[in-house]
Amino acid sequence: MIRIEHLSKGFGSLEVLNDISFEVRDGETLAIIGRSGSGKSVLMKHMVGLLKPDAGHVHVDGRDLCCAEYGELRKLRKRFGVLFQGGALFDSMDTFDNIAFPLEYFSDLTSSEVEARVEECLSLVNLEGVGAKKPSELSGGMRKRVALARAIALEPQYILYDEPTSGLDPETSNTIDQLISHLSDELNVTSVVVTHDMHSVLTSADRVAFLHDTNLHWIGPVDALHDRPDPVLDAFVRASEYHLGDPSASVPLTQDS
Amino acid sequence: MSSLLEFLFSPLRALGRYSILMARAAASLDEIRTYWSNLFDQMVRIGIDSIPIVSLAGAFSGAVLTVQTSYQLESPFIPRSIIGSIVVPSMMLELSVVVMGFILAGRVGARIAAELGTMRVSEQIDALEVMGLNSVGFLVLPRVLAGVLMFPVLYVASCAIGIGGGVAVGHFGGFITAGEFMDGARQFFKPFDPFFGLIKAVTFGFIVTSIACYKGYYTTSGAEGVGDSTTEAAVLSCVFILVADLILAVTLL
Ligand SMILES: Nc1ncnc2c1ncn2[C@@H]1O[C@H](COP(=O)(O)OP(=O)(O)OP(=O)(O)O)[C@@H](O)[C@H]1O
Ligand SMILES: [Mg+2]
Repeated sequence: MIRIEHLSKGFGSLEVLNDISFEVRDGETLAIIGRSGSGKSVLMKHMVGLLKPDAGHVHVDGRDLCCAEYGELRKLRKRFGVLFQGGALFDSMDTFDNIAFPLEYFSDLTSSEVEARVEECLSLVNLEGVGAKKPSELSGGMRKRVALARAIALEPQYILYDEPTSGLDPETSNTIDQLISHLSDELNVTSVVVTHDMHSVLTSADRVAFLHDTNLHWIGPVDALHDRPDPVLDAFVRASEYHLGDPSASVPLTQDS
Repeated sequence: MSSLLEFLFSPLRALGRYSILMARAAASLDEIRTYWSNLFDQMVRIGIDSIPIVSLAGAFSGAVLTVQTSYQLESPFIPRSIIGSIVVPSMMLELSVVVMGFILAGRVGARIAAELGTMRVSEQIDALEVMGLNSVGFLVLPRVLAGVLMFPVLYVASCAIGIGGGVAVGHFGGFITAGEFMDGARQFFKPFDPFFGLIKAVTFGFIVTSIACYKGYYTTSGAEGVGDSTTEAAVLSCVFILVADLILAVTLL
């Protein structure tokens, strides 16, 4: 379980997050939504101790990341797979080595097992046969999926996804959404999905957290979105739908209008 | 007022952060086995790949020094062998190692700063960290160690080829034979000279790689930041090479 208590964070004079508290329950998929620049990525980085809160605490499995020693922090981090918004692939290595990297450092697999696992992860993200390509030779969406394959390679207990479907075509987006659901259902992974894509939220999330104006404006089960619990949230959700232009996603949300 | 304080304290803050980074690198020495292949990789990139340029610089500085010394000492009362007695210690003590340090500040230092800086701004360092790797042990330690280990090797190459360049230019230019040159060199040879050169090489290796790692590792704000780090790494390395050169000369000679 990831528990965030009264977290506040700013950069210089810019206040980004203000007194945020919530928890990510074991086995659930929590979507974090909010405008661009609302602090979603910043919030996600706090969950693995990449950023330190100005005030407040982040607990992972009962351990406070802020006070953990570096050695302990590293142990905790091994429970996580993280997909960065920009992919953060190692550009000196080819695709295969990128995905094999965590396996080589942190698993006891033999080299043929590593190879098999890398192929498996690549096929999970629909990218068979690109292993020999360098990240610079891939498209943006492909890079994102390679990064996703790297994040899931070690079958972590927690996976943090920063905009897993941004820049992907609708069909590939669906594959990724299904992969996220599959990992959480079959392998009981606890997931945090930062996204703009309401379709992703509706298909893969159990609960939704909405960041607005430095605050955690609303958090609740994804089904509650149908009841339009909050005007600001409702405006955000509906704006996304127009943007998405997907009638199937908008039908259940607008049925009462 | 506060900006003045900021101006005065920022070098101190930089020194503090630099020291902490180096302390973290030293603390990850016990994991060096995990990063073995990185160390080997860096020794090749920093050391072996620099041999051509360092040799070239060594050869030319040795040759020029010989020609100029011979010009300055053109007199029937001075034995020609004195040229060897001057050129060889000058190469060993100062010229080959400082010229090499400057060249490597550009070649090695800028490269490290650009590489780590790019990794920082594209979140690759964060990606290493969240995997549970110690990014300082993985990135900084192998580079600094490789610098400390390989600069002396490069020094030996640069110095030997530089002296060779001096002999060659003296011989073919017809103003001193190889025999006279080496006689002169032998006459005033002190075993401490090459040893002192090696100490300088180790020091410069540490200066160039550690400053570059520091600048690269703490890069902020995008492509511009990477550019700044790269330039600053090269310039700062040169400045600190000069400072260290003087300090070593004053304390050890
Ligand atoms: N390292 C940093 N230094 C200074 N400001 C930062 C830093 N990281 C983020 N910010 C600021 O914090 C705010 C939130 O950034 P964040 O990246 O979390 O946004 P986001 O919600 O992920 O947006 P997007 O959907 O566009 O990715 C932004 O205003 C950004 O300028
Ligand atoms: Mg973001």
